[in-house]
Amino acid sequence: MKLRRIQAIAVKEALQIVRDPRSLMIALLVPLMQMVIFGYGVNLDIRHIPLCVLDHENGQQSRNLVARFAASNYFSLRRAAGSDREVAQALDEGDCGIALVIPADFSQRLNDGGRATVQALLDGTDSNTANIAAGYAKSVVAAFSAAAQLDAVQRRGGTLQTQTPVGVEARVWFNEALESRNFIVPGIVALVMAIVGAQLTSLTIAREWERGTMELLVSTPVQPMELMIGKLLPYFAVGLADAAICLGLAVFWFEVPFHGTVATLLFTSSLFLTVVLCIGYLVSVSIRSQVGASQVALLATMLPTTLLSGFSFPIEQMPAAVQAATFLVSARYYVEILKAVFLKGAGVVELAVPILCLALYAAVVVVLAARAFRKTLD
Amino acid sequence: MNPPDAALATTSAAPAIAVDGLTKRFGAFTALDGVSFAAGQGEIMGFLGPNGAGKSTLIRILCGLLHPSAGQARVAGIDVARQPEAVRARIGYMSQKFSLYGDLSVVENLRFFAGIYSVPRAEMAGRIAYAVAMAGLGGQENTLVANLAGGWKQRLALGAAILHRPPVLFLDEPTSGVDPESRRRFWELIHTLSGDGVTVLVSTHYMDEAEYCHRIALIARGRLIALGTPLEIKRHSLDGELLALACADLGRALPLVQGAAGVRDAALFGSRIHVTVDEAARRGPELEALLAARGIAGATARPIAPTMEDSFVSLVGKAALNAATSANAAGARP
Repeated sequence: MKLRRIQAIAVKEALQIVRDPRSLMIALLVPLMQMVIFGYGVNLDIRHIPLCVLDHENGQQSRNLVARFAASNYFSLRRAAGSDREVAQALDEGDCGIALVIPADFSQRLNDGGRATVQALLDGTDSNTANIAAGYAKSVVAAFSAAAQLDAVQRRGGTLQTQTPVGVEARVWFNEALESRNFIVPGIVALVMAIVGAQLTSLTIAREWERGTMELLVSTPVQPMELMIGKLLPYFAVGLADAAICLGLAVFWFEVPFHGTVATLLFTSSLFLTVVLCIGYLVSVSIRSQVGASQVALLATMLPTTLLSGFSFPIEQMPAAVQAATFLVSARYYVEILKAVFLKGAGVVELAVPILCLALYAAVVVVLAARAFRKTLD
Repeated sequence: MNPPDAALATTSAAPAIAVDGLTKRFGAFTALDGVSFAAGQGEIMGFLGPNGAGKSTLIRILCGLLHPSAGQARVAGIDVARQPEAVRARIGYMSQKFSLYGDLSVVENLRFFAGIYSVPRAEMAGRIAYAVAMAGLGGQENTLVANLAGGWKQRLALGAAILHRPPVLFLDEPTSGVDPESRRRFWELIHTLSGDGVTVLVSTHYMDEAEYCHRIALIARGRLIALGTPLEIKRHSLDGELLALACADLGRALPLVQGAAGVRDAALFGSRIHVTVDEAARRGPELEALLAARGIAGATARPIAPTMEDSFVSLVGKAALNAATSANAAGARP
């Protein structure tokens, strides 16, 4: 390997990047846009579920309950229905996700010290949202019962010594949803970098084949490894700028708590960048048309990263075979690293396993990409 | 131009290019069929043939870009199939399609190739300046290559191909699509290089360019059908002598001429009929008389020296005839 040739290729490639400001802008703007779109779009929190209320009693207590629903962030009162038919209509039309039906004897049963029940009707077409909405509703009702119990005891002049009502524990589960952005956004950083990184290099060889410059290049003594390193270096710089944009947005815009060190982040991000740039290069070497290479690179990075990296679907809950497949997805390690660096402040020692996996991954892709390049036209 | 790098030079005993029984098949298609020839140091060897004859395939094999299916090729004394990298360091190549970087300037392109060929840093500036001057691009060093006219592009590509002073140059139709004045200048450059001891193998389909070569190889359907100096080719390609026949009604005259005594071949050639005859001095007046008798006015036949195109047409025709005969013979076998 000759440093001289690597340098010549890197300079040439950098000049071509700079001469094409539109592509450079796209390379820097796309991650910015993707971060914002995914950052807001991929959100597991369910808030402001439209609520329809049918209050048969319309008394003090029932209005208190409705007020608690309306005051919570989870629900927003969309409609006060006057009849069962109106409730059915609201759910049918998809106008409301949940309907609350309060019986006429609600206060009376409550005051008699007995059990009052309210009915929650849920739109189950989106079963996940329905489940979560039911959970939220239970927690609101539980809070209401606790207050009502306390109120009743106090009115009798006593003090409350009852234990915490069963079911309040469940609120921890829902509180976790409040933080979903904090673990989703680091995953999105990995997703965006995987997509953009592979895109950056997916065109670099295909373009030379299409423009006819490759025929001359392969007739020179340049070595596949020299060509690869020389071509990847300038894109590595662009990729680092993209990483800075993504991570900066995560910390300063989405305000994900950052407990780790910048050095750990730089080191691990460089490692991941190497992997995705080489994947793009490998695709570019294998497919000699720019359009084809770009499509394949997108598919090869976006799908596995979205589905199998654990950023949106927990790996532990996947079937064993699928779990095994996730080990082949480089983003899996980077997502793990990012979450740990951001939320736990983990350093390279704690992250030794995913870092080694990523390094091994990088080594394999580098060798594959260098070997895939054939200096012949056959 | 200084002579090629001594370190890269061919060993004086061996020819610069030696090709023996070279064959290249793409599936069922044979692009190159048992081609053999040799070129000495400083020789300009032209490969002439119609499109698809196998010229580019041959050059690509000699550059190590394609692997031969059979046969052997040595460039600068080195086996192309066994040590393609060693060959690549000793050759310059201009591909048929322009293949410098349009979005880089003249000097940026030259610096790139100087780096790729590991031109010593101390000599880089001098060699780049030489290439710029040779291409006639003085003052345009910082122009983007995409904005250069065709002739300049070709000369720049040649300049880039000789930065590392290779002893052997392969030029694949370097002058296609370039104006005549630029072509002439380009050939002057090739002769300068040849004078410095560089062996040049150049393919072309311009017949007039063949005359600039020291030796010509005619290639058709992957086979070498003739090899020699331009004079030798022209002399030996025709069996007989050539007459240029001018008359009024060429279309009616042609079949009459073809059927006349002593005529071996006749073909339309612009506004004349070129007739190959056994004896020009005797057949010329006979043909004139024959056409006059059939009412075709103004028939004049005069002996001419065959052009490269005449030779080419004649040789390709013969080769096609041979191929058809041998194919028939093969088909007739039980």
